[in-house]
Amino acid sequence: MTILHAGIAQGPVLLLDEPLSFWGAFDPRSGLIIDIHHPQKGQSLKGKILMMLESRGSGSAPGGLAEAIRLGTAPAGIILVQPDINLAIGAAVAEMLYGKACPVLAVTGPEFQDLSKSAYLHISHDGRVGPSLDDA
Amino acid sequence: MADGRAYQLALQLVEQAARIMGAPRLVPISFAHVDACFYTGQSHVDFVRFLLDHGAKLSVPTWTNNSVASPDDGGLRPERSDPEMVRGSHELMELYAQLGCKPTWTCAPYQLAGGPKFGDHIAVGESNAVAFYNSAVGARTNKYGDYLDVACAITGLAPFAGLHTNEGRMADIHFSCASIPENWKRQDIFFHLLGHVAGREAGRRIPVISSLPKETTTDQLKALCAASAASGGVELLHVVGVTPEAPTLHTVFKSGETLGVTTEHLKAAHHEFSAFNDGPLDAVALGTPHFSLSEFAELVKLLDGRKVKSTTYISTSRGIREMLIAKGWLKSLQDAGVIIPVDVCTYYSPKIQGLKGRVMTNAAKWAYYAPGMLGVEVCFGSLKECVESAVQGEVWRDPNLWSNP
Repeated sequence: MTILHAGIAQGPVLLLDEPLSFWGAFDPRSGLIIDIHHPQKGQSLKGKILMMLESRGSGSAPGGLAEAIRLGTAPAGIILVQPDINLAIGAAVAEMLYGKACPVLAVTGPEFQDLSKSAYLHISHDGRVGPSLDDA
Repeated sequence: MADGRAYQLALQLVEQAARIMGAPRLVPISFAHVDACFYTGQSHVDFVRFLLDHGAKLSVPTWTNNSVASPDDGGLRPERSDPEMVRGSHELMELYAQLGCKPTWTCAPYQLAGGPKFGDHIAVGESNAVAFYNSAVGARTNKYGDYLDVACAITGLAPFAGLHTNEGRMADIHFSCASIPENWKRQDIFFHLLGHVAGREAGRRIPVISSLPKETTTDQLKALCAASAASGGVELLHVVGVTPEAPTLHTVFKSGETLGVTTEHLKAAHHEFSAFNDGPLDAVALGTPHFSLSEFAELVKLLDGRKVKSTTYISTSRGIREMLIAKGWLKSLQDAGVIIPVDVCTYYSPKIQGLKGRVMTNAAKWAYYAPGMLGVEVCFGSLKECVESAVQGEVWRDPNLWSNP
């Protein structure tokens, strides 16, 4: 497990079937996935622990996440396998500007598999993740 | 007020990125081209305001990417189309100018004088500019997303990893164009389609392309870079005998997959980009990435004093527009009915006035994004086909072009 951006979070798990870009494929004003090609189009990310193997690259992704954090439509936390600088930077800038945390973690493939079976997850400040407060 | 907090934040962001990338150290940069000036929401405004309020100073010459909407785009994206976006874009342009950026507002900064040179470490955000600087110029940058690009410009530092290192610049997939007829390789449309094919296959890998003509032009490399960055996320590509780091295949390619590009691949890409092939046209959109002076020269020749019937947009930078004025071409193009927006591009929302329905383009990047972002139908063609179609108001196909049956 690697902490890309530290923070405390909890929420229902939303496991994405495909990577998502935070610019163009996601609308920060509504918190919804809007990419017509994404299998989970129309789903809301708001308050979720968002799990996806990787993010889709766009240079504008940090702004998309920061804007969602500002508006309160962002995921509560993000768990990836592929470390992603854009989401880490977006979360760091939003926390500095608005004082709202959205932790971003990278875990191993097997850890990801295991965590994705949970309906609800907690993330602790030191990067522990689990279905109950004790695990996190 | 100078309180150092802006610098502190910038350094924190660069160090955070360096840690994630596993960079052993930071490397001094000499130039930046920032994308955070492209409005995606109020947080972009808040970020640069924070920097200005806390004493931010740029450490290196810093140029700006396109804006979403510009006071100088002639009302093509009027405020009523999306008041928050349009006002926010204008405000962001002012703030980045205040920060000390050179207000280039272009996705093709490499067409302007005074940019980085071979071997320079730089920080760039926009995908085609990243690919062009790395590939055609031989400057070194990773693709730095929003905020991190500005953080690099303020600190004058970037994480020493990836494309900044010698090892990180070796190709790991080889595309051979040996089976493509030589006359195909002289035409602009070939480079757009080759870029699309190579990018999709390469993904994030670094391609090296062999058997292209030594005379391959800067505009053709621009097309190749933009198309492969859009379809695959390519940040660096080498062209044997053309780009500066690849005098021979073996200089940049030690091992990996080799694929033969075929005429069928290119025809399939052409087919994929064209939702229709004949009939009336609503508009023609050129200049993605921004049209260069040499592309305008070709356009003026093809237009040959005629007027366009279809609404025709050619995006470029204010820098290139100055050159058009000096040559007397701006007025003649405007008299021909051509609209030349500067500072912006046409493929993203809010939609540009009149850009709807059935649209022809010669740009693979435009063809890739516009259907999803604007809901338009695209017809793909060569520059000559686009110009002739604009004049006739309906799709014209060049009987001598290989892409047509």
